[in-house]
Amino acid sequence: MIRAVLGALWSHWRHNRLQLFTLVAGLALATALWSGVQAINSEARSSYAAAARTLGEGQYDQILRADGRPIAVDTYVQLRRAGWKVSPVIDGRVDGIRVIGVEPLTAPRSLGGVELDAFQAVGDSPPIFGQKAALDALGRGGVVRPDLAPDAVVTDISVAADLLAQTDPSRLLVLPDQRADLPEIDSIDNGLTRRVAQSGSDLSRLTDSFHMNLTAFGFLAFAVGLFIVHGAIGLAFEQRRPMVRTLRALGVPLRHLIVLMAAELLLIAVAAGAVGVVLGYFIAASLLPDVAATLRGLYGADVGNSLNLSPVWWVSGMAVSMGGTMVAAAGALWQISRMPLMAAGRRALAVQGRVRRRIEAICALCLLSLAAGLGVWGQGLIAGFGLLAALLIGGALALPPMIDLATKVGQKSAGSALSEWFWADTRQQLPSLSLALMALLLAMAANVGVSTMVSSFRLTFQGFLDQRLAAEGYVYADTEEQAKALQPWLSSRTDAVLPIQKVDIAVRGLPTEVYGPIDHETYRSNWTFLTATPTVWDDLHGGGGVVINEQLSRRSGLALGDVVPVGGRDFVVVGIYGDYGNPIGQAMIDAGDFAVLFPEAVPLRFGIRVADSALPDIFADLQSEFGLPVANMVNQAGIKSFSMGVFDRTFVVTAALNILTLAVAGFAILMSLLTLAGLRVPQLAPVWALGMTRRTLGRLELGRAVLLAVLTALFAVPLGLALAWALLSVVNVEAFGWKLPMFLFPQDYLRLIAQAVIAAMIAAAWPAWKLQRTAPADLLKVFANER
Amino acid sequence: MLLSVSDLFKSYRGAEGAIPVINGVSFGVSKAETLALTGESGSGKSTLLHLIGGLDLPDSGVISVDGIDIAQLDDKGRANWRRTVTGVVFQQFNLIPSLDVADNIALQARMAGRQDRDWTAFLSERLGLRDHLRKYPESLSGGQQQRVAIARALAVRPKLVLADEPTGNLDEATADTVMTLMLDLVRETGAALVMVTHSERLAALMERRIHLRAGRLG
Repeated sequence: MIRAVLGALWSHWRHNRLQLFTLVAGLALATALWSGVQAINSEARSSYAAAARTLGEGQYDQILRADGRPIAVDTYVQLRRAGWKVSPVIDGRVDGIRVIGVEPLTAPRSLGGVELDAFQAVGDSPPIFGQKAALDALGRGGVVRPDLAPDAVVTDISVAADLLAQTDPSRLLVLPDQRADLPEIDSIDNGLTRRVAQSGSDLSRLTDSFHMNLTAFGFLAFAVGLFIVHGAIGLAFEQRRPMVRTLRALGVPLRHLIVLMAAELLLIAVAAGAVGVVLGYFIAASLLPDVAATLRGLYGADVGNSLNLSPVWWVSGMAVSMGGTMVAAAGALWQISRMPLMAAGRRALAVQGRVRRRIEAICALCLLSLAAGLGVWGQGLIAGFGLLAALLIGGALALPPMIDLATKVGQKSAGSALSEWFWADTRQQLPSLSLALMALLLAMAANVGVSTMVSSFRLTFQGFLDQRLAAEGYVYADTEEQAKALQPWLSSRTDAVLPIQKVDIAVRGLPTEVYGPIDHETYRSNWTFLTATPTVWDDLHGGGGVVINEQLSRRSGLALGDVVPVGGRDFVVVGIYGDYGNPIGQAMIDAGDFAVLFPEAVPLRFGIRVADSALPDIFADLQSEFGLPVANMVNQAGIKSFSMGVFDRTFVVTAALNILTLAVAGFAILMSLLTLAGLRVPQLAPVWALGMTRRTLGRLELGRAVLLAVLTALFAVPLGLALAWALLSVVNVEAFGWKLPMFLFPQDYLRLIAQAVIAAMIAAAWPAWKLQRTAPADLLKVFANER
Repeated sequence: MLLSVSDLFKSYRGAEGAIPVINGVSFGVSKAETLALTGESGSGKSTLLHLIGGLDLPDSGVISVDGIDIAQLDDKGRANWRRTVTGVVFQQFNLIPSLDVADNIALQARMAGRQDRDWTAFLSERLGLRDHLRKYPESLSGGQQQRVAIARALAVRPKLVLADEPTGNLDEATADTVMTLMLDLVRETGAALVMVTHSERLAALMERRIHLRAGRLG
C-alpha cells in the first residue's frame, strides 16, 4: 500500500514540476542564506579560538605590565626565583604577521596546537610554525601547521626576539599548579598586573555585535525563504485536497497518509537542503574576504580568507532545511489531519477563510501591542529579542488586512467600471498572494532595518573618529626615554602637543582605562557628550570632575553628579560620552590630577596640532632624528580614510545580503504569480469575454504587481525603522552596554522601494506575458459545459 | 445477506441545532444484488451511501457487511475495509489528476495488494479505455473519466460496489452507455451494487429499489 500511496502523492510533483521547483528552490535559497551566514560566523569564531589557543588566552592566567610595556628580564628572573612557575612570551608583529615566541623549557606542554618537543626536532635553528600563508608572508620558511591562527606564527623565544628586535618578554604565562605560599607579584614589581584566564577570547566578545547582526540577517533571510516554502507547500496541499479525500475514500488510513506526506516532504527537504548547503558555501566563500577585512579592520581580528567545511556545518544546514520544512508544513499537515473525509462546500471554505483572516488580524494586533509594550517596559536581552520577533511576525500578519483596507478605499474611490473591477480583483487575489507579499515585507523591513543600523553606525563612527582624532597627527614613542625626548621636540615644531597618558585600573570594581588629558581647545571644541554639565570642561580641569564613557555609566550605574573614587580620590561625574565598540569602561580626569595619582605613568603617545601641510616634514624629521619607524607616526586623515574603508567593506557584505534577501522575496512573488497563473484563467475569462483585450489584461496584471509592491513597501519602511530602533536602542544596549543614535536615510529608502518595485515587475512580467499569449481556446474552455 | 442496515440514525449539527438526516433506516442487500437508492434532493441518499461505505459514522444503528459491523471499526479498520471490500464510484469521478489512466485504474488494487494485470487489462478493454491508458484525466471526456472510475472500483474485485449518482455529470446517451457497462461488469464479478440516483430511468435498470423521504424509507 505504501508504494502505491507514495506513487500517487509523488505524481502530484511530477505533474506540477514548477511547484516542485518552487519548493526546492525556496528551501535551497533559505538554507543557503542561513548556512552561508553561519559558515562565515563559524569560520570567524574558529579563527578567534585558534588565535586564543595560540596566544594562550583562555587557558592560562597571564602576568603583564599595567602600562602595556614589556616585562624586564630581571623581573621575570625574580618571579622564577620567588617560586612562580611562569613562562615568558614575546609577542609582536612583523609585516602584519603576529610573531609569538615561547620558551620551550618552561612553557605549558602544548600551546596553540604545537607540541613543545617539535621545537627541538629540527636542526640548529628552532623552527617557525604557522599556516602556509603566514610563513610565506614572513619569508623565513618554517613548518606548516594549518590549525594555527591565521596571520600568526609560533616559534622559539630566541627567534621571536631576533625577528621583533625585543629581548624582554611581552607577558608571562602563569602555569596552573602554583605553590600556595608565593609572594604577591606586587611585592616583586608593583607595575605588574595579573589577568585571569577567560572563558572566551577578547576577540570573540568584541566581535559578538557584528556576528549577532550577521546572524539576525541570516535568520531573516531564512524566514523570507520559509515563506516561499510555506506558500509552495500550502498551494500543493490545497491542490491535493481532492487527492487526499479520494485516497482516504479508497481506504488509506489518515495516519498513514499524514506520515507519508511528511516523509515525502522530508525527502524533498534533504535534497533541497543539500543544494542549499552547497549554495551557502559559495555565498560564504564569496563574502568571507570582505567579512575578514571588516573584522580585521574594526577589531584587529585575524580571520582566514578561505573557508573550511566542517561536518557539523553540513549537518546543521540539513537540519535547518528539514526543520524549516516541517515548520512550514505543520499548518498544512494539521489541516489535512482535521479535514473531513467528505468535501466541505464552497461556502464553508469561504467562511473558514474569513475566520482565518480575522484571527490573523487579531494576532497581528496583539503582537504589535506586545512589541510596543516590550519596547517601553521590556528589560533584558530576551525581552529585546522578543520585541524583534513580535515586531516582525506582527508586522507580517498585519500586512494583508492593511492592503485589504487600502484596496477597499481604492475600490470605493474608483471612477470607472474597469478601475472598480481592478481594485476588486486585486482584493480577491490578496489571500493567494499574501504569503509572497509577507516575504517581500520581511525582506524590505530587514533591508531598511539593517541598512539604517549600519549607516547609523557609520555616521556615528565618523563623528566618533572626528572627536577622537581631532589632532592632525599622532606620534608613538617606543620607550619612556624616547617619549621624554620627543615631547619638547614636538612642542618646538607644532602648535600644540597633546600627551595621551593612560592607566588601567578598576573603577567600582570594573576594569577601566583612565586618561589624563591636558586642558586644551581641541577637546573643548570637538568632544561631544551624551549628557554633561554646562561647564563640563571647567568642572573637569578645575573642579574635581571626571567624565566617563557610556559603558562604565551603564555597568556601574553611575549618573551625572555621582561621586566615584578614581585612583583613591573621589571625583564627581560631570559628563558621559559615547564610546562605540569599546568593551570596557573609560574615564578622564584632569592631567594634573592624573600626574598626582599615577606618577609612574609616562605618556608614550602624543597628538600634535599643526597645519596638515607641515606633517610630512615633521614625520620625516622624526624618522631621521629619532629613528622612529613609519608605523609610529600617523596622519589622522589616513586613519579616518582607513577606518571608512573598513566600513565600506562592511557595506559590501550587508549590501550583498540585502540584494540576496530581496532576490529571494522577488522569487517568492514570481513563483506565487506563476502558480496562480493557471487559476487566474477562469477569473479573467469572463472579463475577456465582456470585451477586454488579452494585452490589457496582461498590463493590468503587471500594474497589480507594482501596486502591491508599493503598498508593501510603504508598510515595510516604518516596520524596518522600528526594527532598526529595536536593534540600536534595545538589543545593542542590552547586549553590549552602549546605545547607538539612529539616523534616517530617506534616499536609501526610496532606492529600496524602487528596487522592490523593479523586483515585483520582473517577477510579474513572465506571468503577465503568458496571460497575454493565452489562446482564446483556453479562455473559452472556461465556458465549456462538459455534460 | 451481504449488507444489513438496521435502525440507522444520523444527524448533522447546524446553526439551529442538530438536523436529522437519516431517521431509523433498516434494509438489507444480498450477494450479487443490485439496489437503487432514490429520493428527492436532501432526502439523505448520499449520506446513507457514505455511511454504508464507511466514509462517515452513524449516530446509532448497525451497518453489517459480511457479518462485520463497520461502525465498530476504528479509522484504520474502516480504511482497510474500504480498501478491500468496497469499490466506490463518485459523481465527480475523483480521479487523481496527476496519475495517468492506467495508474488510476490500478491504484486501489495496488493499495489492497490485489493487483491483477490481466483483470485490469480486461476492464480497460471492456470499458473502452485501452487507447487512453497513458493519458491524464484532464484530457478525457466526462464519460471516459467515469469509465476510469468504474474500472478503478472494480479492479479490486470488491464484494460491494457503491455508486453515488455515477452518471449525474454525463449526458443521457453517455450515461446509458456507462450504466450498461457498469451493470454488466458488476454482474460478471458477482458483486452487489448499491447506487444512489434520482433518475427513475436508471433506477428501473436495478433489481430492487428503495425510496428515501426525509431520511426514512418511503
